[in-house]
Amino acid sequence: MIGFWTLFYKELLRFWKVAFQTIGAPVLTALLYLLIFGHVLDEHVRVHGVRYTAFLVPGLVMMQVLQNAFANSSSSLIQAKITGSIVFVLLPPIPYGAFFAAYVLAALARGLMVGLGVLLATLWFADLAVVAPLWIIAFAILGGGLFGALGMIAGIWSEKFDQLAGFQNFLIMPLTMLSGVFYSIHSLPSFWQQVSHYNPVFYMIDGFRYGFFGASDVAPETSLAVVAACFAAVSLLTLGLLKRGWKLRN
Amino acid sequence: MVPAVSIDNVVKHFGALQALAGVSLEIAQGEFFGLLGPNGAGKTTLISGLAGLMRPDSGSFRVLGHDVTRDFRQARRLLGVVPQELVFDPFFNVRETLRIQSGYFGIRRNDDWIDEILANLDLTAKAEVNMRRLSGGMKRRVLVAQALVHKPPVIVLDEPTAGVDVELRQGLWQFVRRLNGEGHTIILTTHYLEEAESLCGRIALMKQGRVIALDTTANLMAAHPGGTLEDVFVRAMKQ
Repeated sequence: MIGFWTLFYKELLRFWKVAFQTIGAPVLTALLYLLIFGHVLDEHVRVHGVRYTAFLVPGLVMMQVLQNAFANSSSSLIQAKITGSIVFVLLPPIPYGAFFAAYVLAALARGLMVGLGVLLATLWFADLAVVAPLWIIAFAILGGGLFGALGMIAGIWSEKFDQLAGFQNFLIMPLTMLSGVFYSIHSLPSFWQQVSHYNPVFYMIDGFRYGFFGASDVAPETSLAVVAACFAAVSLLTLGLLKRGWKLRN
Repeated sequence: MVPAVSIDNVVKHFGALQALAGVSLEIAQGEFFGLLGPNGAGKTTLISGLAGLMRPDSGSFRVLGHDVTRDFRQARRLLGVVPQELVFDPFFNVRETLRIQSGYFGIRRNDDWIDEILANLDLTAKAEVNMRRLSGGMKRRVLVAQALVHKPPVIVLDEPTAGVDVELRQGLWQFVRRLNGEGHTIILTTHYLEEAESLCGRIALMKQGRVIALDTTANLMAAHPGGTLEDVFVRAMKQ
């Protein structure tokens, strides 16, 4: 267990030492989204009976939780692989399960810190109620964990920074931006509504938002089941890759 | 007595390249063993296999009787490896680096031993300095320190003196000799043959993924009366 705690602590320290970049910058980005979209749409749009700014905040929080959880594990692994310092965690007797748990929990910690930062910073701009806090916590943890695990796969798979950037820009960004962060899928044409149901991030955002408003596009139980199933599938895949030493041990 | 290292008929291919062509080797506990050969001979691949960083196509590696794949936890606890590449984690200072490495091996509150390693490697003054700010030679010393934090009975030094000044080399060898005298098994790869000649009791010469000579340093030298290990090496590589 000491090996696991040490790796977890090291991963926390790694992003905390550059918190201005890893926590401050994403909070600022979310604030900019809120200021621009909120300013333009707040007077004109109501979703689920709430003003647009209030609707937007939970989506932005969750989007940042997911993107930063992904960024943490993926950037840590690719940096370690490219600089060669990955040997320091491959030489010791750390079991692959502990390796997985340490990276995913640290990624989740960063995601939750950024999410909390965004929430606190945006409270000035919107009146937010919290109807069901347990749903909020459940979706934040499962979503952050899922993207932390996905970040591990991306970090292990990538051999160059541009491969990781491709993963981030062509998969993670579209999945998160087209998930209902900025809109309710009921405002989309029916074809795109159907397409949205194949995006697991939609369920994370929708379920997370349910915790604030008590209203959502899909029943939160359904969303939780989809997100939990995706988390289990990605975790099992990641554990399988780590067990085989895929792209880590020749 | 169980050998410190046992390598049994290891074969490894990287695509079409045969990196190891059925290498078998036993190194006894307490030996100071040299693994020599030109670039591409398979030395680092062999060490990677021993450290569990490379999985062989066939054959096995054992450290003090523990298979590095099946019993990897015990095998890795018994082994300390100084990698050839000058690698470091830029987020941490020297002491943090060594504390973290101790934790990976399941050791808490290791500062007494860390202080001793730092003193022996002349790193005490640099303990709180970030890794990025160290010279190449200093980084190399930290790599040696990282391999020793868990007091492994078997220590592998993969070209530890590459790019290192004379003073550090002498200090390093004095420290490693002391460790060997205390019972640690040392496995050394180096291109500095005079170092191998003066330090190693037994030497394996590798070429194109095979062990082409394996004997005590004295016996290898005896085949070339008046010559140096470099003469032995050159002749063996030409055959």
